[in-house]
Amino acid sequence: MERHFDEELNNLKKNILKMASLVDESIAKAIKSLLERKEDLAIEVENEDNAIDMVEIEVDMLCLDLLARRQPIAIDLRFITSVMKINSDLERIGDLAANIGHKVQILLKYPQLKPLIDIPRMAELVRAMLKDSITALVDKNTELARNITARDHEVDELYVQVFREVLTHMMDDNENIKNGIELILIAKHLERMADHVTNIAEDIVYMVEGKTIKHQFEP
Amino acid sequence: MSDEIRIVVKNFNAYYGEKHALKNVNIDIPANKIMAMIGPSGCGKSTFLRSINRMNDLIENFKVDGQMMIDGNDVYDKTIDVTSLRRRVGMVFQKPNPFPKTIYENVAYGLRVNRLFKDNKELEHKIEKSLVEAGLWEEVKDDLDKSAFELSGGQQQRLCIARALVIQPEVILMDEPTASLDPISTAKIEELIQVLKKDYTIVIVTHNMQQAARVADNTSFFMLGELIEYDVTSRMFTKPVKKITEDYITGRFG
Repeated sequence: MERHFDEELNNLKKNILKMASLVDESIAKAIKSLLERKEDLAIEVENEDNAIDMVEIEVDMLCLDLLARRQPIAIDLRFITSVMKINSDLERIGDLAANIGHKVQILLKYPQLKPLIDIPRMAELVRAMLKDSITALVDKNTELARNITARDHEVDELYVQVFREVLTHMMDDNENIKNGIELILIAKHLERMADHVTNIAEDIVYMVEGKTIKHQFEP
Repeated sequence: MSDEIRIVVKNFNAYYGEKHALKNVNIDIPANKIMAMIGPSGCGKSTFLRSINRMNDLIENFKVDGQMMIDGNDVYDKTIDVTSLRRRVGMVFQKPNPFPKTIYENVAYGLRVNRLFKDNKELEHKIEKSLVEAGLWEEVKDDLDKSAFELSGGQQQRLCIARALVIQPEVILMDEPTASLDPISTAKIEELIQVLKKDYTIVIVTHNMQQAARVADNTSFFMLGELIEYDVTSRMFTKPVKKITEDYITGRFG
């Protein structure tokens, strides 16, 4: 039986998907501004975070409204509470992307320290994980979601690699310290993004199966 | 559910003539807990409730097989005294049904017919105690001689609960006890039910899913005479095991 409530839940789903696609664009733009050394793009990313924040508030309001009016239970309850948590993780990723935009503006004041290889790879991994998490949400695909949590390690390893490499450059020449630190922080931001996507994937498993897998807790 | 079990039901079947109304039901009902029964109309939940204190005996062609044990005694044993069974298993109905008597006499009735008091002092004491227990005493203590029909619907229902409590049953069966009440009266009854479980085992049939979620410790879901799922309430309303349970409680059914 199709319920009117289902329309409202679909509307909520549309909004969280919109949130995810805005966040994904932000990551892409932030990394592009870094690789192509485009200041205008970096400024744009920083400013566009407001739009993401607005959608976050909208999704939160929708969730609260549905909780109050529909008093959902079972799958409906798990869906709405998961969307609230996913929403907040997406907003944090958006913040991190905006922050990268800010750091790029600082970096552009210095010559390029080294060719960037691992940072764009990290960004690609994060974006692929985010894209898959959204697919997992739409298709209720927990296999895909579990796979995302496993990929978090790859991003962690790349971060360690970037850290070591940039540290060597900074030790060689202390002129490299200021921009080196910004680069390390950008890599750290990407690593944090992957952690947030991992949270999202864990929420999706809970939503679909009612099982908690976070903190390595799989009953 | 590792509590003391008050009611044990094993391979229980009930029939109205040819109609097989309860199909091989197995369920353990813990003492001093609230067990809610939910399910679509005609699923057998009321039949089950009424089988616990043999209210269905009055229906022609009704028969049962299997076991229905309260504290180890088979409810359907030939030697059982049905009147004393019903004294141990009280019942509250969908619509408040006070007797056409005063408030006082409504509560006194069970004590009088069962001769459960020595003198007037004890009678009065017991009546006051159960009206307090039912959360009605403060509202009626000065009007005990008034007709029960002068009370509001919610007050009448609490009077019926006091009437059930006064003979000190072990189990209280409630068949949609708030179906005809407004939200405030409903809230009062729900609060009351949760206080009462300290001393009684409560089985409640409700069509209101949120009510089961609010008050019950355990919830059972019946459909077409079968017990489909039975679990602690928080599990039933967050992640039921069976899809059909989820479809029913979220209103996707039909």
